[in-house]
Amino acid sequence: MAEIQSNDGGGKKKKGGSKQKKISVFVDFTPMVDMNMLLITFFMLCTSLSKPQTMEINMPSNDKKITEKDRDAVKASQAITLVLGGGDSIFYYTGQPNYKDYNSLKLSSYKADGIRDFLLKRNAEAVNKINDLKQKKLQLKITQEQFTKEVSEIKGGKGTPVVIIKAADRATYKNLIDALDEMQICNIGKYVIDKITPGENFLIKNFQTKGGLSQNAPK
Amino acid sequence: MSKVKVARKSTRIDMTAMSDVTVLLLTFFMLTSTFVKKEPVQVTTPGSVSEIKIPETNILSILIDTKGKVFMSMDKQSDMVNTLDSVGSHYGVTFTEQEKKKFKLSATFGIPIKSMKAYLALKPDEQDKVLANYGIPTDSLDNQFKVWVQKARAINPAFRIAIKADQNTPYKVIKDVMSSLQDLRENRYNLITSLKNETANKK
Repeated sequence: MAEIQSNDGGGKKKKGGSKQKKISVFVDFTPMVDMNMLLITFFMLCTSLSKPQTMEINMPSNDKKITEKDRDAVKASQAITLVLGGGDSIFYYTGQPNYKDYNSLKLSSYKADGIRDFLLKRNAEAVNKINDLKQKKLQLKITQEQFTKEVSEIKGGKGTPVVIIKAADRATYKNLIDALDEMQICNIGKYVIDKITPGENFLIKNFQTKGGLSQNAPK
Repeated sequence: MSKVKVARKSTRIDMTAMSDVTVLLLTFFMLTSTFVKKEPVQVTTPGSVSEIKIPETNILSILIDTKGKVFMSMDKQSDMVNTLDSVGSHYGVTFTEQEKKKFKLSATFGIPIKSMKAYLALKPDEQDKVLANYGIPTDSLDNQFKVWVQKARAINPAFRIAIKADQNTPYKVIKDVMSSLQDLRENRYNLITSLKNETANKK
């Protein structure tokens, strides 16, 4: 391949007179390969191939000037509060917390049959609609723009649950990301990360002691 | 006696094809990869199903390790120097040209501003060693982190804030960082995660 042969007369007949030498130019590529291999090794070791994934997140403003009036009050029937506890535990309650009854807080898990199952059921309408849209997109009935537009409409639609994520100090960052992940998987458009209140801490403690603290419940 | 003739075989292997392949591979690696930034602490990001890629430029990344040490890095060196200048003037510390030059070369920074001068006087390999023991203070009494973000935002309004934290970081630390950002009205930011294979999880 890397050989250039200059060959007169096809090499069939050899005339006695002027004999021309076969000149073979053979380029040795071995050093070239060596160098390339070195470079490849260097690039493989010193670079990262995949760009990191990211989650975009909007936090509520901390501004004290915003009064209660300006905030969108969440209907108790739509609200789901996830409380991320220590040791990879996750609790949830719907609507207003009931401090008297320790069973109002439910223990769940990060697994597929845990919190995801519950959220998918609560958000079934939106999930079904989005699944239909995905099918349509696969069949090329709608364009990508239409798809994203309609998905955001469904997610922001009336009656979809609003999820409030509250993490205890002992929860890890992974727990938070997992919870945010569930929002994406369950197509929940409205969710917020909020600070945990003493009330929620009490609920967890009350749950762990199976209602042992119910008599000193805050009002 | 007839001599046994051993056929002379050429042991030369044609390396052209091999060279072709390596060049192709090399080109691939050069085009697709980005260089790893030197980070003072090892951080394992949690997995998520999010598929949004992080933009390449104008990133102010905040690195948080398991113990809650906070480090920052920026992708533009000129911004770094300007930020150092304005943070320094905020705390009444002035830096010489040489110190600025040294600061520019460090990939990640996270030194309390009072120790910054002593840190910049060190040799680069010594800097790497001590950096992991420091971290930008984030407590409410001496929130230098807030000042850094504020000044960086003033210098480059197009910055996107990206938080990269270890998956075992307690939420308390993240909460401190997030509420500092909220106080600055930085309500939009990115959380860096690594890709998790969701289909494997569903089964």
